[in-house]
Amino acid sequence: MDDQNLYDIAVIGAGVVGAAIARELAKYELRCVLLEAGHDVGAGTSKASTSIWHTGFDATPGTLEARLMRRSYELMGDYIAKAGIPVERTGAILVAWTEEQHQSLPTLLARAHTNGVTDVRLMSAEEIYQREPYLNQGALGGLYVPGEAIFCTFTLPLAYATQAIVNGVTLKLNFPVRQIQRDLDGVYTVQSPESSVRCRYIVNAAGLYGDEIDRLLGYNRFTVTPRRGELIVFDKLARRLVNHILLPVPTSITKGVLISPTVFGNVLLGPTAEDLPDKTDTATTAAGLHMLLDKGKALITQLVDEEVTAIYAGLRPATEHKDYQIFAHPAECYVCVGGIRSTGVSASLGIAEYVVALLAAAQLPLNPKPEFKPVQMPNIGEAAQRPYQSAALIAENPDYGRMICFCERVSVGEVIDAAHSPIPADTLDGLRRRTRVLQGRCQGFNCHAAVATLLARERGQTIQQLLSL
Amino acid sequence: MTTNHCTVLIIGGGPAGLAAALELKHLGIDNIKIVEREAEIGGVPRFCHHTGFGLRDLRRVYSGPAYAREYQAKIAKAKIEVLTSTTVTGWTGPRQVQMTSPTGIREMAAQAILLATGCRERPAAARLVPGNRPAGIFTTGSLQRFIYGAEQSIGHRAIVVGAELVSLSAVLTLHHAQIPVAQMITEHPAHQIDWPFIPALWYATRRLGSKVTTQTEVSRILGHKRVEAIELTSLKTGEVETVACDTIVFTGKWIAEHELARLGDLQMDKATSGPQVDGALHTSTPGVFAAGNLLRGAETADHAALEGRHAAHSIAHFLVNAFWPQSGVAFCVEAPLAWVAPNRVFTSLATPPMGKFLFQVQQFCSRSQLHVYQGDRLLHSQTFARLIPNCSYRLDSQWLAGVDGQGAPLRMTVDSRSA
Ligand SMILES: Cc1cc2nc3c(=O)[nH]c(=O)nc-3n(C[C@H](O)[C@H](O)[C@H](O)COP(=O)(O)OP(=O)(O)OC[C@H]3O[C@@H](n4cnc5c(N)ncnc54)[C@H](O)[C@@H]3O)c2cc1C
Ligand SMILES: Cc1cc2nc3c(=O)[nH]c(=O)nc-3n(C[C@H](O)[C@H](O)[C@H](O)COP(=O)(O)OP(=O)(O)OC[C@H]3O[C@@H](n4cnc5c(N)ncnc54)[C@H](O)[C@@H]3O)c2cc1C
Repeated sequence: MDDQNLYDIAVIGAGVVGAAIARELAKYELRCVLLEAGHDVGAGTSKASTSIWHTGFDATPGTLEARLMRRSYELMGDYIAKAGIPVERTGAILVAWTEEQHQSLPTLLARAHTNGVTDVRLMSAEEIYQREPYLNQGALGGLYVPGEAIFCTFTLPLAYATQAIVNGVTLKLNFPVRQIQRDLDGVYTVQSPESSVRCRYIVNAAGLYGDEIDRLLGYNRFTVTPRRGELIVFDKLARRLVNHILLPVPTSITKGVLISPTVFGNVLLGPTAEDLPDKTDTATTAAGLHMLLDKGKALITQLVDEEVTAIYAGLRPATEHKDYQIFAHPAECYVCVGGIRSTGVSASLGIAEYVVALLAAAQLPLNPKPEFKPVQMPNIGEAAQRPYQSAALIAENPDYGRMICFCERVSVGEVIDAAHSPIPADTLDGLRRRTRVLQGRCQGFNCHAAVATLLARERGQTIQQLLSL
Repeated sequence: MTTNHCTVLIIGGGPAGLAAALELKHLGIDNIKIVEREAEIGGVPRFCHHTGFGLRDLRRVYSGPAYAREYQAKIAKAKIEVLTSTTVTGWTGPRQVQMTSPTGIREMAAQAILLATGCRERPAAARLVPGNRPAGIFTTGSLQRFIYGAEQSIGHRAIVVGAELVSLSAVLTLHHAQIPVAQMITEHPAHQIDWPFIPALWYATRRLGSKVTTQTEVSRILGHKRVEAIELTSLKTGEVETVACDTIVFTGKWIAEHELARLGDLQMDKATSGPQVDGALHTSTPGVFAAGNLLRGAETADHAALEGRHAAHSIAHFLVNAFWPQSGVAFCVEAPLAWVAPNRVFTSLATPPMGKFLFQVQQFCSRSQLHVYQGDRLLHSQTFARLIPNCSYRLDSQWLAGVDGQGAPLRMTVDSRSA
């Protein structure tokens, strides 16, 4: 039978990792489907990262993580320029505050060089204060990592998935995979409570649920224990206090609490690190927030005097293993991409390339398409021109000059665009990730109702639906 | 880019900005421009459908929308130019700003600028309320725009965080939408509503059945897609209680809409979160004045409007004599006082709007003696029977004559029994 529902390959999970893999697969003559449990792309862990484009300078040498981060870094610069992903090449300073930390810098430097991040260098306390005049006194010295940057953890997975779709991949949202069976012809049936698809190959990129999908396929080799990271976003008026990503000296457990500018012009403080039993517990806690404020105060006292714009938490898909859990099973036509714990946004392009190479080795036929269409995402970053700043755009369409979210300076035109984009915004949170509406200092005091009314109109929904009533 | 010119540019078309514009016109000043980012002028009152507006500025009591319409009509009649749907995005010179509107981007240079950008309530995040971030969390401002602006029902059972005047406004709004309010939560030992608003409180508690829960803080928000419950912690006993609700309204905890003031490097007053101003509402930047809720969070609209008028007179003086006070002394408060406004004194001639300074306290105080000192010199004392947090009180200003404009900062203290 000519099976509309038979795909060559299904990618489970449309986080930054799954979306990157789907995009890579879209380069080839394949019938590919991207299955996502949630109502949107990138709405899991990927939306709650600190948005740092890591170089991998501090990765453990020899690990797959170190290798893929490095490769991804090489690919990412070109990609984000072409796709219009907001980015600012701020560089990072890793600051040593104690003698012990100071003495560990040469080791960290050597490690960075081993990892191929050769532009990392030691930095004197004097130079640190020249570059970061608001940093509290007491820094002994540091490492300068010019390649570390900030980019947009919202736009990136959307860009990948959009490009995948534009190039023929099918995206199925609201498709939580619950069962997987394989018949004698080697065809998988992948089921959600409401429907099913059939496919020959499977990639498991289910993030926090990667272990569960892996078990559905008969393996039992890692368990995901969510590691919660809480974060505080400070008002844009704090942005002048910070010029670089300010990293602490890492411990074996976590990268520690950092201060970073964001591409939206805010300042981020976090994350915490706490292992949890519940894969849905993205709540912030009083203890976590207080700990962060204490740390923030110890780093830049004036930072905590500024208003807080947002607080949030993300769950890292940590496992009992330190490295990525990527496994290929050629006979089963299955690749597991698990445990992409705390570097997945940065490493996504490298992971995708590697996974597709594993699939090729597993005999997935890869015939390049004659054309791989590019996509250009709407810019929501501060570093490039936004619609409200563009006389030309406003002249073309006055709605780009009609502000709806004043704090974030989002125009009606951008909301309408997002509501009709290839992966349309169907929720207020989805709209926020695409345009920045409602994520500013007033958190909707002025525009909550106006934004909901406009999105409801554009999507044919009711306001009650948008408010989950 | 086109640069337009005007005599006076008023940023913000709420009661303060509109009253200032009308008064300037009345004083014979032409070429006034009002810039408002919303599609119409009127400011916050447009969405407060209850009564209680206009007593002292228009000498009649209106509902919020009727009050806003009255101002809209007066502005139209006075033929004052209004640029709506126009957001001022930043400064391009000392008295020059940039703005975006559907007709494009332009610059506007003025001889004088009045900042009247208002204030907002601090949302849950700014208060560091932990827990989830589901739908169903509002401020009074966002709530009123849903219910009166978009005429939408947005919940079934609400908790109001706050027990001050604006919290009552939230309760009445929820009542209008037939959403019962289980409780009003306050950290203070009592509600902070003073005469003449006590009958409104009685109405909310006795008729509408909302209970005021004191000495309690919100310790967590629960719910995934939609608010499911709120966790409350007693500040007295530490007891924790979870109350089911699907709607939470955070009220009060005002912060000035001060982005433009700060982007313009105006000297700020930390306690009010607004720009420092003297009695004549001069800011630290020559030619730039400020009025209304931007100065210190929400007062009633008539007060904001009267401040606007007061600013108009100062602006008119400035246009004639180009005088700008250069030095002056700061006016600060000591705990348990919360803030005072105006909060800079340049000369004794610059009396504050309506001849009074406004101040608030952080906690209930009874039988309070307020003192104003310059250095160790006592300039003024005034007695207040009872001071309630989140309510503003008026401090006399005749003592201004004794201030040394080159001297030490002024400070206000309070001796009282904490109630
Ligand atoms: C606090 C914090 C800070 C971080 N900071 C950084 C940083 O600065 N830089 C960086 O590079 N990385 C950072 N990370 C790490 C990064 O966020 C993750 O590595 C990355 O997002 C993982 O992507 P993913 O696609 O594997 O997971 P996810 O984004 O969680 O995507 C998995 C998707 O699979 C879907 N899914 C799950 N189960 C099923 C199922 N049964 N059926 C269908 N779909 C399913 C989920 O709904 C989800 O959308 C941070 C992480 C956290 C938590
Ligand atoms: C819930 C609630 C209930 C209230 N109830 C009462 C009551 O019963 N009685 C009463 O007397 N008062 C009441 N008030 C107070 C009253 O509404 C305010 O005091 C009054 O609106 C203050 O006027 P304003 O001009 O200072 O500020 P606003 O009314 O806030 O006006 C400021 C204006 O500036 C505009 N603006 C800001 N920034 C820019 C920019 N960059 N570019 C262009 N425009 C900008 C805003 O859009 C806004 O329209 C209430 C307030 C609230 C929030």
